[in-house]
Amino acid sequence: MTTSTHRRRPRPGHARTSARLTALTAASALALTACSAIGEGDGGTDQADDGEGGGTVVLVTHDSFALSEDVIAAFEERTGLTLETRAPGDGGALVNQLILTKDAPLGDVVYGIDTTFASRAINEGVLEPYTSPEAGEDVQELAVDDEDHLTAIDVGDVCLNIDREWFAEQGVPEPTSLQDLTDPAYRDLLVVTNPATSSPGLAFLLATIAELGEDGWVDYWAALRENGVKVAGGWSDAYYVDFSGPSSEGDRPIALSYASSPPYEVPEGADEAPTAAMLDTCFRQVEYAGVLAGAANPEGARQVIDWLLSPEVQADIPENMYVYPADSTVELPESWELFAPLPPEPLTLDPGVIAENRDAWIDTWTATVLD
Amino acid sequence: MDGHGARLNRRGAVGRGAAWGLAVAVPLAFLGLFFALPVGTLVARGFWPDGALDLSGFVEVFSRPRTWRVIGLTLAQATVATAVVVLLGVPGAHVLYRRTFRGRGALRAFVVVPFVLPTVVVGVAFRSVLAPHGPLGFLGWDGTFAGVVAALVFFNYAVLVRTVGGYWATLDPRAEQAARALGASPLRAFVQVTLPALVPAIASGAAIVFLFCATAFGVVLVLGGPRYGTVETEIWVQTTQFLDLRAAAVLSVVQLVVIAAALAVAGRARSRRERTLAQGSTTAVERPLRLRGPGRSAADGAAVAVTALALAFLALPLVTVALRSLRTPRGWGLDNYVALGTTGGPNALSVTVWDAAVTSLRIALDATVLAVVVGGLVALVVSRRPRSRPLRRAVGVLDAVVMLPLGVSAVTVGFGFLLTMDRPLGLDLDLRSSPVLIPIAQAVVATPLVVRTVLPVLRAIDSRLHEAAAVLGAPPGRVLRLVDWPIAARSAGLALGLAFAVSLGEFGATAFLARPERPTLPVVIFRLIGRPGAENLGMALAASVVLALMTATAIALAERLRPGVAGDV
Repeated sequence: MTTSTHRRRPRPGHARTSARLTALTAASALALTACSAIGEGDGGTDQADDGEGGGTVVLVTHDSFALSEDVIAAFEERTGLTLETRAPGDGGALVNQLILTKDAPLGDVVYGIDTTFASRAINEGVLEPYTSPEAGEDVQELAVDDEDHLTAIDVGDVCLNIDREWFAEQGVPEPTSLQDLTDPAYRDLLVVTNPATSSPGLAFLLATIAELGEDGWVDYWAALRENGVKVAGGWSDAYYVDFSGPSSEGDRPIALSYASSPPYEVPEGADEAPTAAMLDTCFRQVEYAGVLAGAANPEGARQVIDWLLSPEVQADIPENMYVYPADSTVELPESWELFAPLPPEPLTLDPGVIAENRDAWIDTWTATVLD
Repeated sequence: MDGHGARLNRRGAVGRGAAWGLAVAVPLAFLGLFFALPVGTLVARGFWPDGALDLSGFVEVFSRPRTWRVIGLTLAQATVATAVVVLLGVPGAHVLYRRTFRGRGALRAFVVVPFVLPTVVVGVAFRSVLAPHGPLGFLGWDGTFAGVVAALVFFNYAVLVRTVGGYWATLDPRAEQAARALGASPLRAFVQVTLPALVPAIASGAAIVFLFCATAFGVVLVLGGPRYGTVETEIWVQTTQFLDLRAAAVLSVVQLVVIAAALAVAGRARSRRERTLAQGSTTAVERPLRLRGPGRSAADGAAVAVTALALAFLALPLVTVALRSLRTPRGWGLDNYVALGTTGGPNALSVTVWDAAVTSLRIALDATVLAVVVGGLVALVVSRRPRSRPLRRAVGVLDAVVMLPLGVSAVTVGFGFLLTMDRPLGLDLDLRSSPVLIPIAQAVVATPLVVRTVLPVLRAIDSRLHEAAAVLGAPPGRVLRLVDWPIAARSAGLALGLAFAVSLGEFGATAFLARPERPTLPVVIFRLIGRPGAENLGMALAASVVLALMTATAIALAERLRPGVAGDV
């Protein structure tokens, strides 16, 4: 047997074996020590605590939920509750998950149901009515129904953003209205997202329906298609690949984003924003919170809603979640005051009307713009 | 004496039966509870909406022209992409697993990186390369069928290279050498001798690639734009946006049929060619790569050319990500990497990226252990050829069933978890909020990969070796330890690495279970790239580079982890 002599890279066998042994030992040691997620003692999630004296309250929310640590800590200290959050998906998926798990709710309170899914959530009976004593005038005005199944917490307007530098360089006047976009002067300049797969995309579709009416929106989209509108799969894709804004490298100077986006494009110390939201194209998305039907801790759930309406949380919302507080008396961060004014007259649609027509509208949109 | 021996034998047979029973029961229980139950429950909701069976969904869904277009596109994308992956991957397997050269380990680790990067990041990187203003914009592939296929190839190249490479490396080269010595041209020797021997591994790898392509979600959504919907994206839309569970259930059945057909074809190709191959041979399998001078081979040259092309193609989007991660508003710099130690711009994140990386590593470790145990047991059971026909058939069914997790939509699994894990098996234990469910969900996806990597190697063990060992009086445990283990262990490193990589990069099912206070790295990246501003984008890309490096390191380490083997000195 001429075995080892044939190896091209003769290496002392024992050195190799011992190296392997070391690696193996190291790996098993790693595996056995605290490196495991399963083995990790996870103090905050003791399910058994749920029933006892309101120890834990579970907040079900979307994947963009965030608040400052000290704001959460203050809430826990004041109420003696432990706040646990679950984020099983984005806006639309969230409501559908709540409907599916109605018989065994995912938590006690939900935050993040938006205008487009509000009515469906109420109609499917996943929510308990609750009128918060903290709800001021602004919040009451945004209510979906008379029984207060949902409480408005924040407002996030979806608007077209423009790359102002591009328009200045090209000497083309900046567009201001939806109607401008069908003008050949703005051919091949617009990128939006697909309403079937992206929530800002759906909001923008609703904006066009609110502006042009049931009769006008289909023709409008046909004209947009004629004029070279591009449809991307999701926001990141549209904003970072197709948009020509400063943090992107695309070739389209009009992109679907939010009223709150421009401040994040302002270079340090600059007093003018390179991008701007087209305030006449904005659709008002309200995000709501509500007590879940069958909550294990309904009292804790109500406390969470009161807390979300408190001035501390309302002031904390903008920079954490890139949306505006529902309570307009709360001061906005300075850069927002300067570069991200809340659109004064946004387009809106009644949540009930949206719930009734959403699926059909998306089908019609798909047939008009894509097929 | 005789009586004693018979008693021992009987006791041995009972013990053996129990051991095999356990080896079957553990994986079946695991996959039954964490895969079949959730998926079955969700699909059943679609067909029994109010307690009564309602199959009208079939008529309705199939009467939509969109359904047929979506099915057609799914099949076309997956078939074309799989074909391209095989054409590029077989030479790649040869170069990376049969030839030695400086930097081979790094290249082997490198090819796996695309496999784990979050699709949304790759989508952005890929599209910036393909978009009209990008370096490959002249191809006009942005938002086209070709663009989707290119991305699918990008993600799945490693799967084929590793499945085929791991097997090929243990293949006895003497048959091919003999053919060459007898005057066959290198091409002829390859086509007539080596290729047929490789068919089981190629079929295995191609089947996995096909399943991944047929159920690809994020890639299709980003790269294909809205026109190139697949069955998978359609299930996602119907489930998460419309909550039309009836349509989703019908589409899930369609998906299942497609997958079952693909598996059947692959299984056929495997079994027809399956034969015992002399593996673990004593001849050196690997040779140094020589492209010049004496001993160079034209075949190697061609393989290297194809592989170099493939690697360049893989590198392009990755380099784009790496370069952009170094760009800051103030020019080039490491600012984005420094930011990883923070929670980002104004509270972009709830944890630092490094914390998320640690969470990811911990979860991946658990998922890998689970997947290797479950997958290893399945591979062991399936590698046997029982004498009785029904048993043989049962083994075949197990082989196919264990692949299904690769072919079922992550949305279906995720939603199914939410439906069934509040009281699994009637236990008063809400697993939905437990950190345990995340590694489990990832292990379900990684298990088939482990099986497909280890199985071809185990199957190729000459059954005469088992018989000989048994005849010589070795108890079954010893046969396993001395015959199967040394050979299987060589592919264990590969399996371990793939399972780890899958877990690190898994996003679909994880996203439904994510716990905001302990996000994984892909979840954090997804969050960062979903926000405006150069700071957030820069951090997302830097975090992606970290994820890529972690993966590459894990793979490189796993490859070194092959335990010392008697015949391997």
